[in-house]
Amino acid sequence: MNLESLYQEIILDHYKHPRGQGLLDSPLGSAHHVNPTCGDELTVQVGVGSAGGLVVGYEGQGCSISQASASVMSELVSGHSVQDAETFRLAFIEMMHAKGTGEPDEEVLGDAVAFAGVAKFPARIKCALLGWMALQDAEIQSGLLTNQSEEHSP
Amino acid sequence: MSLDVVRIKKDFPLLSRTVRDGKELVYLDSGATSQKPYQVLDAERAFYETSYAAVHRGAHALAEEATIHYEDARSAIAGFIGAAPSNIVFTKNATEALNLCAYAFSNATSLSRQGAGSRSIDPRFILKPSDSIVISEMEHHANLVPWQELCAKTGATLRWFSLDDEGRLDLSNMDTLIDSTTKVVSIVHQSNILGTVNPVRAIMDRAHEVGAVGIVDGCQSVPHMPVDIASVGADLLMWSGHKMLGPTGIGCLYGTSEILDAMPPFLTGGSMIEMVSIETSTFAPAPQKFEAGTPMVAQAVGLAAGVRYLEEIGMDEVAEHEAALTDHTLSVLTAIPGVRIIGPSTTFERGSTISFVVDGLHPHDVGQVLDNLGVAVRVGHHCAWPTCRRFGVPATTRISPYIYNDESDIDRAAAGIIAAQEFFGVAP
Ligand SMILES: Cc1ncc(COP(=O)(O)O)c(C=O)c1O
Repeated sequence: MNLESLYQEIILDHYKHPRGQGLLDSPLGSAHHVNPTCGDELTVQVGVGSAGGLVVGYEGQGCSISQASASVMSELVSGHSVQDAETFRLAFIEMMHAKGTGEPDEEVLGDAVAFAGVAKFPARIKCALLGWMALQDAEIQSGLLTNQSEEHSP
Repeated sequence: MSLDVVRIKKDFPLLSRTVRDGKELVYLDSGATSQKPYQVLDAERAFYETSYAAVHRGAHALAEEATIHYEDARSAIAGFIGAAPSNIVFTKNATEALNLCAYAFSNATSLSRQGAGSRSIDPRFILKPSDSIVISEMEHHANLVPWQELCAKTGATLRWFSLDDEGRLDLSNMDTLIDSTTKVVSIVHQSNILGTVNPVRAIMDRAHEVGAVGIVDGCQSVPHMPVDIASVGADLLMWSGHKMLGPTGIGCLYGTSEILDAMPPFLTGGSMIEMVSIETSTFAPAPQKFEAGTPMVAQAVGLAAGVRYLEEIGMDEVAEHEAALTDHTLSVLTAIPGVRIIGPSTTFERGSTISFVVDGLHPHDVGQVLDNLGVAVRVGHHCAWPTCRRFGVPATTRISPYIYNDESDIDRAAAGIIAAQEFFGVAP
């Protein structure tokens, strides 16, 4: 087990240079999630852009995994439909529960496949999921997503 | 350093294992829970193999033997803090002991509202909305949340001592904070996050001046320093067995005879009664009054073996060893640029739980790099979230050594911190 398998270059890069950070002027929905075991916090907001795709804002403090994951998440879903965002989210959750086995779909997940190694560190899975869970809540808040998903955080 | 750490380490089988692809384990998380020596494991196993049965019931030979083992364990554990066996109640852990205390107040309050019938309720435990409960800003959630809940149920007000920048209690307003409205003062002896050792005697004395019940959370003091209950001056003091070489599933609550008699029970049912009819019951005297159901007998036997192990070393020697390790830890940590200690910066009235933050690095990431090198530390808010808020940090990394650690362990942690700074490119 080496550190590099957890902290991929892409993750460190997003941690140091977060993309799309900041809150929205007039969000349709907003969710504040905390990781009660370590105190990491994240607010995720959603809105709809002029072209009809999702607009995502976020702000928080926490470890490299939670903050980089929020950055990658915002980049991945921004401009996409709520339906696409669900596909990304479910694929990400599946990757987190794969215990490091199986091949994550880079076509779907893009940069987010860098988090595959996190699945081998059970204590960090929650960190990686924080942004995605907050996204789902913000979407439900906004009415863009109905609360019928049977997926739950671990 | 006076302890023979090499010899002590050999008593702890787990400490010889490796982690993360063959790395030698350095265990520096004893503030969360300690490892167990053979002496404790063997005592528990021997009890199950030779004398196990239900205690305090049944008249057969095994039941008698098991009861003797259980009560001998109580005596040994009581003696460890200079108490009499009848003043020690076994609970699941310190958290349960603190809830037992808080529930004494809420049970007394609701019983008095109902009109307690023939039962006499000690007015010290009945809370009114004009009453106050005093804690501090450095409490573990176990000594905070039960009091918040008690306030919510009774309307009483929660007050707290605030902290100075060194992580010590600000006692300047003690006489107004603890006043005639105060019914409970509950303070940690040694902070699990800051390491601060509090002047609990003076605080307990002030509590008694106003007629309040004085409680001390001894979770981080009893395992690490000589604690003589008479000099602490608390009415109630609790700690967990698992942090002092004992098994999980057993905590201890000390109470003065007078207080234990006056407190209504927490859990009720079998083993804690005197007489039961279909309408009503009376309760056994303490400690049985607080030990409902089948107790944790084997755990008590194991913990007593842990107590004997520590007594053989000597608690003065344990404290001296930890003071030397704390001194070493503070100096190697402060020598690393970018590392800041959260808590007192010297060993003066300070124990060996040592929290710190590293500029530009989140504690989770520091802990991950240390873990990768085989060094186990705690990261997070250490169940003391308000304390983290006070110091403006979301979390800390904590080193907490014990009798089986030496300076080389601390040095490996320090090397790990530097490695983390390098890995993340944040070395100043
Ligand atoms: C100061 C303090 N109080 C209370 C507790 C709670 O102990 P337990 O979790 O064993 O009930 C702890 C341990 O985590 C502690 O360090």
